[in-house]
Amino acid sequence: MTTRETFPVQLRVNGVEYARVVEPRLLLSDFLRDTLGLTGTHVGCEHGVCGACTVMLNGETVRSCLVFAVQADGAEVTTIEGLADGGKLHPLQDAFSEHHALQCGFCTPGMLFSALELLRDNPTPTDREIREGIGGNICRCTGYQHIVDAVRAASPHIARGPK
Amino acid sequence: MKPAAFKYIRAQSLEETLSLLADKGGEAKILAGGQSLVPMMNFRVAQPGTLIDIDPVKELDYLRVENSWLPVGALTRQRTLEKSPVVKEQCPLIAQAVKWIGHPQTRNRGTVGGSLVHGDPTAELPLVATLLDAQILIQKKGKSRTVGPADFFEDLMTTRIAEDEVLTQVSFPLAPPRSGCGFRELSIRHGDFAIVAAAVQLTLGEDGRFTDARVAVSGGGPKAVRIHKAERALIGQKGNGKVFQEAAACVPDAVHPPADQKASEAYRREMAKVFVRRALDDAWAMMRVQQ
Repeated sequence: MTTRETFPVQLRVNGVEYARVVEPRLLLSDFLRDTLGLTGTHVGCEHGVCGACTVMLNGETVRSCLVFAVQADGAEVTTIEGLADGGKLHPLQDAFSEHHALQCGFCTPGMLFSALELLRDNPTPTDREIREGIGGNICRCTGYQHIVDAVRAASPHIARGPK
Repeated sequence: MKPAAFKYIRAQSLEETLSLLADKGGEAKILAGGQSLVPMMNFRVAQPGTLIDIDPVKELDYLRVENSWLPVGALTRQRTLEKSPVVKEQCPLIAQAVKWIGHPQTRNRGTVGGSLVHGDPTAELPLVATLLDAQILIQKKGKSRTVGPADFFEDLMTTRIAEDEVLTQVSFPLAPPRSGCGFRELSIRHGDFAIVAAAVQLTLGEDGRFTDARVAVSGGGPKAVRIHKAERALIGQKGNGKVFQEAAACVPDAVHPPADQKASEAYRREMAKVFVRRALDDAWAMMRVQQ
């Protein structure tokens, strides 16, 4: 058996600097979960359809199952573990809690990042725009109505707030 | 659901990319945005021996206006096209079409060149390139060539590009004066693969008659096609519902759609007609606002 080639990667995840050596085929989703132990990023379909593994890569949402960890070398990644400010929930997380926008919670990390990017680009979206914005995230509890309610309710706070 | 092992090379420049492709003789594939390639690798439908990651090749990430063209670098993200005020103003059809590519999360990564080379039968950018006769620049070490859509898109997910070549730029013609465009897509949910999509561009002469009309459909076969019969039915005419209806009526006989779990062949034919008609109405509404 031949030794598999490995590659060094250095990146910041939730403000913490990490240096690891990975196989090129390691997906960013598996790197976050298995190598760094950040299991808040969920893995559903592993082919870019369900949106559960959505994280921020250099400030933009990406499917972490469609990015190799080596491609994140030098990047800044935010996962769900980095969204709250210490013990204080992000306003969008507060709105999800307030409006019962999660049931099993599997899709929630991805939903939050998709909604966050939507509200940054468009601070006052219509309901239709909210539905399109989260269209790449599947909730199999089918709790979409409450998610739309939460995003709508959070929009004034995001438009004002930091993050 | 995990990719097979591969050798990873990160290219820092176009020159290095071309040298690597020349050296690797067919075993290497280009990795750009990875939004089609990585899912195929996760399924192990694709198992390239070597990937050349061109993400650092920033010289291929640009869009600009040159004379009456919009040259776009292959590494330009779909999201960049979507957000560009220049694209919205000068090539409104592209701005309309990119919104239908996947989701924001995939458009943030997915590249213009990747979408064209992948050649998905219902992909939006190949449809727009086909409609507008975009000029595609392909390079290999020491050589470059420019091709039109007819010589590039060959068949289902098949494009005419050799293993030692890379698509580096696509140039779209700017929307002519007194023109309007429309892009309509039928899918089960926004962001899903299209069942059919229609793109049109109409140009009006001083006498109020169409001097140019372009109509193209995807989902009607293995690749996007121009509907020349519909175009001939429009050129020389004045815009009205009857003319648009007659043009759209040429569509069903000009397409040869597949049947699958999402739609029958007959349904796709009918919807191709309906969506061309709607796109023509959109283009006409756009022109009337301008006048």
